[in-house]
Amino acid sequence: MTAIRIAGVRKVFRQGAEEIVALDGIDLEIARGELVCLLGPSGCGKSTLLNAIAGFAPPTSGSVVADGRPVTAPGPDRAMVFQEYALFPWMTVERNVAFGLEMKGERREVVRERVEALLRKLHLHDFRDRFPKDLSGGMRQRVAIARVLAIDSPTLLMDEPFGALDALTRRNLQDELLRIWAELKRTIVFVTHGIEESIYLADRVVVMTYRPGTVKRIVPITLPRPRDPSSVEFNGLKRVIEGLVMEEQARHVEAEARRGTAG
Amino acid sequence: MDRAARIARALVVPAIFLAAWEGISRAAWVSPIILPAPSQVLVRWLAYARPYRPWDPATERWLAWALSGELLGDAATSLMRVGVGFFIGAGLALPAGLLMGAKPRLYELFNPMVQLFRPIPPIAFIPLAILWFGLGNPPAFFLISLGAFFPVLMNTIAGVRNVDQLYLRAARNLGAGDWTLFRRVMIPAAMPYILAGIRIGIGVAFIVVIVAEMIAVNAGLGYRILEAREYFWSDKVIAGMISIGFAGLGIDVLMSRLNAWLLRWHRGVEG
Repeated sequence: MTAIRIAGVRKVFRQGAEEIVALDGIDLEIARGELVCLLGPSGCGKSTLLNAIAGFAPPTSGSVVADGRPVTAPGPDRAMVFQEYALFPWMTVERNVAFGLEMKGERREVVRERVEALLRKLHLHDFRDRFPKDLSGGMRQRVAIARVLAIDSPTLLMDEPFGALDALTRRNLQDELLRIWAELKRTIVFVTHGIEESIYLADRVVVMTYRPGTVKRIVPITLPRPRDPSSVEFNGLKRVIEGLVMEEQARHVEAEARRGTAG
Repeated sequence: MDRAARIARALVVPAIFLAAWEGISRAAWVSPIILPAPSQVLVRWLAYARPYRPWDPATERWLAWALSGELLGDAATSLMRVGVGFFIGAGLALPAGLLMGAKPRLYELFNPMVQLFRPIPPIAFIPLAILWFGLGNPPAFFLISLGAFFPVLMNTIAGVRNVDQLYLRAARNLGAGDWTLFRRVMIPAAMPYILAGIRIGIGVAFIVVIVAEMIAVNAGLGYRILEAREYFWSDKVIAGMISIGFAGLGIDVLMSRLNAWLLRWHRGVEG
């Protein structure tokens, strides 16, 4: 069963007189319940692709279909977790988690019950009346995850959600995410530039090329979970993927250098 | 101990200032009409604040009597004018600012005129205010509301226009429609700007009320200062000025408390 079908997606940005092809000829099918990581150096268009799926920035050409419906606008069926958390700072933790449910017009008791359960599930219960500014980065991202889980979205889009966290907190949240994913079986599209993170999490790692962003290779990860990053198999995969990513990173550096001498 | 030391330090400069002033006046270097001594001002201020007549329990209650002094009447009149004028001005500026901030088309239409009118000091409207509204309270309300209007308008526009796109995307993504987005995301996100505008607006309203009271009214702190000048009562002029200072300080303290509470979620706001 396909959750998301991306066909012939091309995205062109205009930057002054210059045209930048951010994405070109992307074809990708993501199965329901699958955890897919989009991996590549900065400038490979992985976030652009995620934004196209989210409906924030429609592609220049090509199509994105989610659960059988063409994507034209952002919607709660494709809930997004942002790297910058994007919590509403004027709302308490509890109000933030409740926001999506209130948008759905759920009854007050239903909202209260669901929020309660999610706060417990994500160990946020003691922080329900805090404002986001009083929480650590890891806590804020937990709230952001609770907020999207609240609306029961079949697909979760995650844009480098753990990128700003320290290594230990990141591992905690990765485990938490896997636990939630195993329990709820949502489709997850996870953008990252962390090679180890992608192997640790994904069913498939989609390695993308530097400008224009295309699919360089899709690497299936069949290691059983929980995965051990120090194992031989894990490191074998890491070597392969690192090789692919570093080729693109080299093109990135080259392009920057060219731009430097041209400018 | 630390607190006592801080208070003591805060009082050092005012104490020296008052002592020097008192000394200069006592030494009769200048005429008491040009510069009355602070002690004389204090006496005058107490007289200004005191009820006119002795308390007669048979005809009035003690509280009504205690509040019947000239100063409190003037202060209440001035604050009422600030209040009414500010609510008219801010009441018009707030919805206008929200609309102009949220709708770029409206902004383009109205901004040129706003930019033209904004630099005109409300005081320049005095002749027209009298022509249009006559004497008494109405021209004062008009001038004060004009003074409060622009700071609130400009800050509300800036607040709405500066709302972080990230919040709008997150809210849309969670299923918010236009109206909810406006009400539950844009307005609270713009609140720090809006409250700053309100604070500036109240400050301007306070300046304008004193000027407005110097024309065509017969009560209020501004009126009283001008009246005292007619009689060369410099001590009463200064007593009136100090009263204005205290009233302004009081309002600002209240506003900053309100600010701190409303923006308790906001980074960088002192509790």
